[in-house]
Amino acid sequence: MICDRAGAVVHGYFDNELDAAGAAEFEFHLEHCSECVYALEDLESLHSSMGLAQLYERAPGTLRKRILASLGPEVPVAAFPSRTVWRWLAFAAAILLATYASWRVTSLGRSGSYDGVLAAEIVDAHLRSLQPGHLTDVISTDQHTVKPWFDGKLDFSPPVQDFGDQGFPLQGGRIDVVHGQTVAALVYVRRKHFVNVFIWPADEKDRAPSSGSQQGYQWLEWRKAGMEFCAVSDAPKPALEQLQTLLASN
Amino acid sequence: MLDSQEQARFETLVLPHLDAAYNLARWLLHGGADAEDAAQEAMLRAYRFFSGFRGGDVRAWLLQIVRNTCFTWMQKNRHGKETDEFDEEVHGPPGPTPETLAIAEDSRGHLTRALESLPSRSREIIVLRELEGCSYKEIAIITSIPIGTVMSTLSRARRQLQLALTGPADKESIHDL
Repeated sequence: MICDRAGAVVHGYFDNELDAAGAAEFEFHLEHCSECVYALEDLESLHSSMGLAQLYERAPGTLRKRILASLGPEVPVAAFPSRTVWRWLAFAAAILLATYASWRVTSLGRSGSYDGVLAAEIVDAHLRSLQPGHLTDVISTDQHTVKPWFDGKLDFSPPVQDFGDQGFPLQGGRIDVVHGQTVAALVYVRRKHFVNVFIWPADEKDRAPSSGSQQGYQWLEWRKAGMEFCAVSDAPKPALEQLQTLLASN
Repeated sequence: MLDSQEQARFETLVLPHLDAAYNLARWLLHGGADAEDAAQEAMLRAYRFFSGFRGGDVRAWLLQIVRNTCFTWMQKNRHGKETDEFDEEVHGPPGPTPETLAIAEDSRGHLTRALESLPSRSREIIVLRELEGCSYKEIAIITSIPIGTVMSTLSRARRQLQLALTGPADKESIHDL
């Protein structure tokens, strides 16, 4: 017997194209329909194989340079500033660059913008963690084992909690590096999707969740009680939002 | 030609999507050097048309241009290797290779070949969805294909890739066939 939802609806659910009610209704249906569960698992396994195979090809740096060089109005030679002006400009640019670089290094926890670079690093860290043997440094579903494990390895204490009863069992924890800063990574699993929650200290006030996606991975970041959180996964976005609610309510 | 303010706006809004442009061109044109040239041409076209951009989804707008550039490119340099329909006989998984080789080649090789052998319409839809993370609506805009066709093409393409991954021996184990 072929379930009539095993086609378009499964794809729609997997691709976050169902509305909230449709997604909830389908999740209920999943409890009873093994055919849809299998179909969903096939989609998940294809998606993670494609992610692991790193099929996404970024533009070579030389291409960017070539394009930049070919843009812009042609400036007549006479309009070029004199050599002295150029020297001053170069000096000013060097200072700006140095200031920007140091701002980028120190602003991980404070910067208000969740820019593409950071999102890309988060997704890269997530992908890295999925390589065999990289997911967890401490394997335990017990929050009372995982939390003390972080002691002495970090200069902050990340909140650790298991949400197994709510459909997000804790798998363990890991130390990772994002944007040059050591961060805590908690690993949850949601219907065979791994979810990494990266946590690091932030000075600024709480911020409501904002989300995005890159290379087919969803991320959701928010700030609470002096900590920056970023959950990333190939799980559907409503699942990440659910986990966010659980984490933020503690 | 854009003034310097518009140029700065182009560099802030459009240029960050160069990776997306290149990745789509790479998968549409089967390769590196052509993809670089097509991505560059598309960027320059986008630059020329930028004053006509009415705002909205920049990535979708740019990818539309990339796609048109690539199809024009293919017509100009017909390689004769474009396939219109997926044919299991011609495009089935590669012939038997020694087990060790198959393991070393791993899924990346299988997937790359499988993706390359999809018809271009399926290939672009799966690249836009799986690699670029575009929504169905964005894909429909970029490709000018109705959303229903996007969905059916996507599910067919996924099934073909799943088959390629599991190999012909395991065809029976694929669910939903």
